[in-house]
Amino acid sequence: MDFINVIIQSVAVLGGLGFAIGIMLIAASRIFHVETDPLVEEVLEALPGANCGACGYAGCSTFAEAVVSEDAPIDGCPVGGFELAQQIGGILGKEVSQGEKQYPVVRCKGGVNCVNRFDYVGVQDCNAVMMLSEGEKGCSYGCMGRGTCVRACPFGAITIGEDRLPHINKNLCTSCGLCIESCPNDILVFGKESEKVHVRCRSHDKPKAVKAVCTTGCIGCKICEKNCPEDAIKVNNFLAEIDQEKCTACGICVEKCPQGTIEMKETGEKTKKSTKQSADSSETAEADAG
Amino acid sequence: MAEESILSVLMQGVFVQNLILIQFLGLCPFIGVTKDTKSSAGMSLAVIFVVTMASVATYLIYTFLLDPMGLQFLRIISFIVVIASLVQLVEFVLRKMSPAIYRSLGIYLPLITTNCAVLGSVLLNIRAGYDFAQSVTFGLAAGIGFTIVLLIMAGLRERSSFVHVHSSVKGVPHAFFFATLLSMAFVNYFEVIPLGG
Repeated sequence: MDFINVIIQSVAVLGGLGFAIGIMLIAASRIFHVETDPLVEEVLEALPGANCGACGYAGCSTFAEAVVSEDAPIDGCPVGGFELAQQIGGILGKEVSQGEKQYPVVRCKGGVNCVNRFDYVGVQDCNAVMMLSEGEKGCSYGCMGRGTCVRACPFGAITIGEDRLPHINKNLCTSCGLCIESCPNDILVFGKESEKVHVRCRSHDKPKAVKAVCTTGCIGCKICEKNCPEDAIKVNNFLAEIDQEKCTACGICVEKCPQGTIEMKETGEKTKKSTKQSADSSETAEADAG
Repeated sequence: MAEESILSVLMQGVFVQNLILIQFLGLCPFIGVTKDTKSSAGMSLAVIFVVTMASVATYLIYTFLLDPMGLQFLRIISFIVVIASLVQLVEFVLRKMSPAIYRSLGIYLPLITTNCAVLGSVLLNIRAGYDFAQSVTFGLAAGIGFTIVLLIMAGLRERSSFVHVHSSVKGVPHAFFFATLLSMAFVNYFEVIPLGG
């Protein structure tokens, strides 16, 4: 009988405690009720609610307050992206314009076209390869193709193709820039959606040195510079650079380049389809678009 | 133990029985929020606040409710309930009375509702058999000890972000090395401050 008493007492004490605390909290929430801006609550409802802090605020509620008081930009939540920004814009009655999307551009077309100085056997990571006398590639500027950027990408937007170069799936890319940070050789840079033509090389080596190791590297021949009708290309230190402000994507330089270093974006997508994995993903992307 | 002076209890809480490095409680914020000094300061403030409040509340519940009824075994579950609702209550009150403090404690206040450091320190109170004043002092001291460790750790980690280490060690693994060394330093307080002396 004794233990039954103990059980009854326990239940009574805990139940009573819970009940008393419940009443107290209800009373407190009534007494200490704070009038909050209904807009803040609406915005908070729309937010992902993960309290991840990626916006730079302590949590979703502080971000919501900041958005309503116009301290934070409407598209400040990187998790929700543009859709969320539109939603918040709807709540606050504001227009949201989408900034132009940026994608990483692979500034190397070497890969299998670039000779190896030695056979590397070891940790399959660009940083590790880089530690061994600046990499196995004949070109010290080249992509090592060990997929550090692939692992850095949280969205699976990068694959290493059969050409041993990274390929970016634009439908998956969120322009977070993690791959750009991860690359030990600065192969990746941001390029805007509208910027169609890119020089896929970053070697400042002399023409002879480039030709010795790579069939697609920029040799600084200046053919593109001479042929560009817009005067948008300058060869600087044996490397062609495109002034994207002036470039009209006429494609003359792409045709004239003897090394095939300069590429139009469409060409880049064709090479992407040559690899199996990315071919699948671009097909699904097309299906999505259709 | 119960005849200890307030100063002794204070030293016990801050150093000898330091929450993080001796008791290994509250390791989540120890690694999680020590990336920068600002957030660790916010967390520490919230912990000092809540632990002290929780010491008061749990002492009252234990001495006047659980102990006389012989229901000491209910202390963990009832303390969890009490601490959780206390934090909620404090949040309501702060939001109304002092929005500035509410904002500076920010998200850390609701987060430590479920922190083992808070529950651990009030259970230590009971185990040591402290009276009311000693309990409150120990709670406050535990919070201060927590703050000291968190701030040291945050300072170390902020400085160490400039050190070049291999990418496999970067970040949290690197922090664990500091934790080891820091913990060894704190363990030695057992030698410096005579226990029960």
